[in-house]
Amino acid sequence: MRYVSRPVRKVDGMALVTGKPLYTNDLAPKECLIVLALRSPHAYARIKEIDVTKAKAVKGVECVLTYKDTPGVRYTNAGQTYPEFSPYDRLILDEYVRYVGDEVAIVAATHEKAALQALKMIKVEYEILKPVLDYKKAIDNEVIVHDYEDYFHHFDFLGIDPKRNIVVDGEETFGDLAAEFKNSDIIIEREYENQAQEQCMMETFRTYTYLDHNDRLVVVTSTQVPFHVRRTMARALKIPQSKIRVIKPRIGGGFGAKQTVVSEYYPALVTLKTGKPAKMIYTRKETFSCSNSRHQMNIKVKLGADLEGHIKVIELTTLSNQGAYGEHGPTTIGLSGHKSIPLYNQAKAYRFKYTGVYTNTMPAAAFRGYGATQGQFALESAVNELALELKMDPTKLREINMCRFGQLMKAYYNEPLTSSALDRCIVRGKEMINWNKKYPRVEISPTKVRAVGMAISMQGSGISNVDTAGAEIKLNDDGFYTLKIGATDMGTGCDTTMTQIAAETLLAEMDQFIIAGVDTDISPFDPGSYASSTTYVTGMAVYNAAYDLKNKIIFEGAKMIDKEKYEDSIESFNPKKFHFDGNHVIEIVTGEKVAISDIAIHIAGSSTGTYLNGIGFYSSPTSPPPLMAGFVEIELDKETGKYEVLDYVGVVDCGTIINTNLVRVQTEGGIGQGIGLAMYEDVIYNDKGRMLTNSFMQYKIPNRLDVGKIRVDFESSYEPSGPYGAKSIGEIVVNTPAPAIADALRNACGIHMRSLPMTPEKVLMAIMEK
Amino acid sequence: MLIHIIVNGEKQKFHCSPDDMLLDVLRDAGYKSVKCGCDTTNCGLCTVWFEGKPVLSCSLPAARANNKHVTTLEGVREEAKVFGSLLVDEGADQCGFCSPGLIMNVIAMKKELGQATEGDIKHYLAGNLCRCTGYMSQLRAVKKYMGVEE
Repeated sequence: MRYVSRPVRKVDGMALVTGKPLYTNDLAPKECLIVLALRSPHAYARIKEIDVTKAKAVKGVECVLTYKDTPGVRYTNAGQTYPEFSPYDRLILDEYVRYVGDEVAIVAATHEKAALQALKMIKVEYEILKPVLDYKKAIDNEVIVHDYEDYFHHFDFLGIDPKRNIVVDGEETFGDLAAEFKNSDIIIEREYENQAQEQCMMETFRTYTYLDHNDRLVVVTSTQVPFHVRRTMARALKIPQSKIRVIKPRIGGGFGAKQTVVSEYYPALVTLKTGKPAKMIYTRKETFSCSNSRHQMNIKVKLGADLEGHIKVIELTTLSNQGAYGEHGPTTIGLSGHKSIPLYNQAKAYRFKYTGVYTNTMPAAAFRGYGATQGQFALESAVNELALELKMDPTKLREINMCRFGQLMKAYYNEPLTSSALDRCIVRGKEMINWNKKYPRVEISPTKVRAVGMAISMQGSGISNVDTAGAEIKLNDDGFYTLKIGATDMGTGCDTTMTQIAAETLLAEMDQFIIAGVDTDISPFDPGSYASSTTYVTGMAVYNAAYDLKNKIIFEGAKMIDKEKYEDSIESFNPKKFHFDGNHVIEIVTGEKVAISDIAIHIAGSSTGTYLNGIGFYSSPTSPPPLMAGFVEIELDKETGKYEVLDYVGVVDCGTIINTNLVRVQTEGGIGQGIGLAMYEDVIYNDKGRMLTNSFMQYKIPNRLDVGKIRVDFESSYEPSGPYGAKSIGEIVVNTPAPAIADALRNACGIHMRSLPMTPEKVLMAIMEK
Repeated sequence: MLIHIIVNGEKQKFHCSPDDMLLDVLRDAGYKSVKCGCDTTNCGLCTVWFEGKPVLSCSLPAARANNKHVTTLEGVREEAKVFGSLLVDEGADQCGFCSPGLIMNVIAMKKELGQATEGDIKHYLAGNLCRCTGYMSQLRAVKKYMGVEE
């Protein structure tokens, strides 16, 4: 391999580290109107009166828009392939506001101070409604969050019932649960809960818009889903998709937050009303409290096993807090079961019950892990608790029960496990952390103890049978290539990894490729970067495009070598007689050759009536899971509850690694976010429904002193359906820290932490209660 | 009000209000490397040098920089390339949004500390948040740049 499995530099790396102006707000024209939102101070209210006359009179204000100025078409913010699973429960601006921070009005002014002044001059009279803030009391509550007639959803089987505050409801059963529980020697029944973790990408939501020379709306935006943005905006703004062009420049992180359309509508509305360019830059506070987060979930787990440690039956019941709007509600919850239960595929029976509910809190949407994180915190914790009850090493319990290569995973859409090195990941992880010596704990003083803990994980690679990615590679007239993809590099490096796949296939050099950002006018269709899909799904599309182009190059080269024989007679052309080495097409028998640059210029500069463009698509019938084992060593002060991560070891099977550096950094970064989820990232609301943790002052993400040591390694399998054997990496890496750290705390002092985050306060309380 | 700031060695005129922060004045003048990540002086993205010392430009009133030296990443591009190359070699650039602030602080650290231990590095850079990397790859790059043995 020349470029696959190599530490190739990110193609945009040097531009990024020298501070080039590449991000949305760096590119926005100076004359952009500044767009700001007036936001609801109430968790639930109806706007009785709204008077904008004084706001409009502020010098510099160009427009003030309320729900009376918007099209009134319901849509979903979720960046999902059409028809979306998420319900259409949004209006750009609504007469009702459903959480503290919901948009009430939009102001656009020539400068920020005028816009801020105008916000203060808008007079709103609210009819304050009683909110439902506790998601455990949301079902059939007297308060109905979405109580109107034009609520719409595509699929009845999702069990959506807004009158009952239910955004998804269902049940899946396999096997005879009652019999398996009866046959079990030991039954574990536990309840777990996680917080609505915030994505906290460093670049907040931001968009600028303008009208081009054809009066089309151009939307330059920090998004993971440009094509979904185009489609959703067309619906919400009631204009044809052909009138919208979405451009994605460099993005300062997404982690799923930008799989939801957030800041795009408002400047677009202003541009359409005024004809002027407009931009909206979310503050960090708005990003914390007026966008989206991970779903808070309560998950009940019931496990049955025999005394030898065979897990016979798994019952998992998830209640998910959707917040005020339904984006990603019906899908996220599914992963809490679909990507946890199959880890223990030897179970003879399982039941997965799930209900997602509306409340008057900030909407939850997509965040790296997407429900799998929550489900695995619960199930992995329960399995670790089972190990304790059985007095069995938790790694041994995994060896007995984990899903094996070649097995059909009943709880994972009946897909087979076509590649797995999970067993080797566990062995390697144990070795790296020195498990056998450290498990379960080492007392280092009367008050301090060091302990280890572990968990395993799976995710998917794209969404099976849903998403289709396209790729195109054009041969330019000097023999260099243009690679066009619609997948969005959000810092993860897919512009680089996709180029690696293309370069490998075309036997070309990395610097022979140009790859641009995504532009919906130009880029081939791609749902976007989410669901761990890019390397696997778009990667196969790129591979197919490169393969297609390679064959076309060989054909054109062959024609040049032997004009008479091959011109216009594709039937008689046998590609096996020719060889392409990346630079030349060579006739094998004669050794006669023609350079790619000559082929390129010949095609461009003559009347061949063609140019060479490789086209590739991919949609996968399966979503092969990457697999991982995570191990942690902590040091706990039993007197104060304070503990720190000394060492975190993650060993991942992501199939063939495309870029050794980027995969390593994805893994380290995901573990870092997982440590934050486990230890201190907390979302707190007051009793009126106002979020208190809306800045980095109150919401603590790990800094470089907090993360301890993170060490990662890889045990590669070969996924036959992936590009060069690759599976995904992006999401799986966030999943293990929460259950592994909970396990370490249990091993340290016998406490059971079942609610995230596991702050020192909670740890100390648990120690004192013991 | 009219102020003069010596940005990257060049004296320049700025018209600003008394409550304008250096961050916004610099960005408006085209120094787009300077990023804003938090509004609450927690993230370190807006780090520039003020009289040669790293400061958070989001909390420094521009007026205080009158007749003072301010350095942005645009002014230390060559040194940024040296350390930046090490970041890129690790894949630690990732989304890149926190890179300018980090790089300004790393170069300042090298000038200020010369020799440093891993602990010194972590403490010096504790105010530079990054959500992509988990910090390990950045640390590998910084250690190489500072000449710290593994």
